[in-house]
Amino acid sequence: MEPIEAFRNAAGNPHEYGRRQKNQGVNVLGYFCSYTPEEIIHAAGVHPMRLFGAQGDTGIADAHLQAYCCSLVRGALSDVLSGTLDYLDGAVFPHTCDSIQRLSDIWRLNTGFRFFADVVLPVKLTTESSRTYLEDVLRKFRHELEKGFGTTISDDDLRASLRRYNRIRATLKGLFEQYARNASPLSASDLNTIVRGSMVLDRQEAEENLSILSAQCRGSAPSRGSGKRVMLVGSVCEHPDIYELIERAGGHVVWDDLCTGSRYFEGTCSEDGDPIAAIAERYFERVICPAKHSSVTARGENLVRLSGQYQVQGVIFLQLKFCDPHSFDYPYLKETLDRAGFPNMILEIEAQLPPEGQLLTRFETFIHML
Amino acid sequence: MSTPEKEKNRKFRSAKRMREIMTEYYIDAKSASQTGKKVAWITSGGPVEPLIVMDVIPVYPENYGAMIGASHMGGDLCSKAEALGYSSDLCSYARADIACSLENGGPIGGLPRPDMLICCNNICGTVLKWYEVHARYFGVPLFIFDTPFCHTEFPDIARRYVRRQLDEYVVFLENVCGKPFDLHKADEVGRLSVEGQRLWQAVLDTAAHKPAPMTAFDAFFFLALIVTLRGTKTVVDFYKDLLAEMAERIEKGIWAIPNERYRLLWDNLPVWYRLKWLSDTFASHDACLVADTYTTAWCGSMKYIDENNFIDSMAEAYTRIYLNIGIDEMVKTIFTMIDKYEVDGMVMHSNRSCKPYSFGQYDIQRMVQEVKGIPCMVIESHMTDERSFSESQTATRIDAFMEMIRHKKG
Repeated sequence: MEPIEAFRNAAGNPHEYGRRQKNQGVNVLGYFCSYTPEEIIHAAGVHPMRLFGAQGDTGIADAHLQAYCCSLVRGALSDVLSGTLDYLDGAVFPHTCDSIQRLSDIWRLNTGFRFFADVVLPVKLTTESSRTYLEDVLRKFRHELEKGFGTTISDDDLRASLRRYNRIRATLKGLFEQYARNASPLSASDLNTIVRGSMVLDRQEAEENLSILSAQCRGSAPSRGSGKRVMLVGSVCEHPDIYELIERAGGHVVWDDLCTGSRYFEGTCSEDGDPIAAIAERYFERVICPAKHSSVTARGENLVRLSGQYQVQGVIFLQLKFCDPHSFDYPYLKETLDRAGFPNMILEIEAQLPPEGQLLTRFETFIHML
Repeated sequence: MSTPEKEKNRKFRSAKRMREIMTEYYIDAKSASQTGKKVAWITSGGPVEPLIVMDVIPVYPENYGAMIGASHMGGDLCSKAEALGYSSDLCSYARADIACSLENGGPIGGLPRPDMLICCNNICGTVLKWYEVHARYFGVPLFIFDTPFCHTEFPDIARRYVRRQLDEYVVFLENVCGKPFDLHKADEVGRLSVEGQRLWQAVLDTAAHKPAPMTAFDAFFFLALIVTLRGTKTVVDFYKDLLAEMAERIEKGIWAIPNERYRLLWDNLPVWYRLKWLSDTFASHDACLVADTYTTAWCGSMKYIDENNFIDSMAEAYTRIYLNIGIDEMVKTIFTMIDKYEVDGMVMHSNRSCKPYSFGQYDIQRMVQEVKGIPCMVIESHMTDERSFSESQTATRIDAFMEMIRHKKG
């Protein structure tokens, strides 16, 4: 199979892939957030499986969640209650936002998987005490995994995992940068699929496929690269169609600040020394998501920096409805971009996208103004 | 006794004193720049005692949010925030308060400008984002007191982290105020804080009497002091008087609802702009909301406090408050309240402004119905944004709910 197909299959049918893993005797843990210390799960010989949530009927979750809950949380609960996630051995809940926090409770009380962990990370990533606490939480999680799966995770196991994740992240970043230079045979939609697929595929398989794909890309002529240069900002984007619509509207997504994009692959872990400290260090160094605190202007400064670095002409905020952390940041991010001279627009999204014609008109209007 | 006379008697004489104290407090806070005192904006669940020790005036945007809601100014202010780009799905306290800061306006001519911001996330993640907005706008130091969520446990690693932050908090205050932290005074403030919490719990406990001398709506009103001035003698003196007044009412047979037949428990924050309407509607069914999960949150973690070691023990007390625990832990508190106050039903406010308080309510509702066998109803609103509230729909639901209770209890 062509590597790109492996990513497409995994991203398109993640649960089928997960079930296959389970049938092959692999333990599978679901997770929700880019702050999940996947490296430790992988080092335990357990497969980390990013959960995105159902996109269809989520009515089964209505008995537990009010209508004003975001589609990501509602979709995940719906998936687990409907049995779609029965192949899992459990799930990991990092402390992300108020909604994920309560999803953890509802999940714990309404499911019966063999493994469950809350990884209550610090919210501020600025002080020595929060760094110590973060490392303590990661060590606690390591012990919980060891106990839950009857295994031991040595420092060498962890370092091997860090090396693998560093290679995955570096290759993903390389593919994105090649695209941003208008030198890639891939499309932006492909890149979205590849990142999401990397969160689903067995990580060794992901690494190998990324490596082949990267070599193929180096030797191929660029097939894309026209149109206005756009950056996407938001939480997760599970809609490869958005990238194609933006292209039809005369733009192309050259960079992003998304959980399903640069926030997943930015930063590397030191491969020497204490591996737990190395994971913590990456969280401290990495660009934060709005549910974390580093400084009150960190995200705005980062967007302006990225916009300059990747010659972005316009920024599109993909705002997941009912997502509080992102909604709170939007007015200031908009103001920061306005001041720096980067035009921007906001698109509120839910699991189901608005009708295509309506989306296309909005993108066209924005992109023609650039 | 004639009916108007009875009505007069039902009014709390402490309410007048409470208004005087709050007025004095806001005058002090608003004239801080002239008196040389410093003002800190702090979240409602935040550790206020160190501010009292440092003679800093604590100001609560959330208390202000309640005031905005009760004065029916929320809708207008929230729409101003929306014009600034804040989503109408966000917390209405935050939207209204941000609009007051950025656009001016609101009750009492706005809050006094802060010299510092103290944000404790033991109540929600929203406060983190809300205080970041203020920190950018006012350009003043922000201290984040990060209290890890206790789904099922309060592990030692979290205890150490929170305890270390108390030391950092003290250093932060010493730097901003330019004077040392007085540990001797801290002991005294800690003692007064515990005493205030104990008295507040005792006041709430009086509603266990059948019939009850007060309702949750009264508690929503009298709550302001334990939130704002915890750790001062003013609070202790006031709640002593209020407690005496409650005892007197029980003695004289002055009941909150003249013909109390049904006793209900309220869950979540109040619907600030419909307090009177809700109170009257339930009263018309001879139903008394005898207790609530919200106002008890300010004394619910007293069990973790060691009066003789206040600073050390407050780390745990501030982390394990009602909203910072898993829903199965919350439900234990609710079960205790149902028994203690001999409750016939529960009214859950599904509050669009407060996701951590509201998500999980449906599971709690099921557990309450299964274990305690009492009916529950859900009212939906944004606590300070009156535009979102449907009075007719709520009235219909209350009627149906009371019918169910009547049928069950007779």
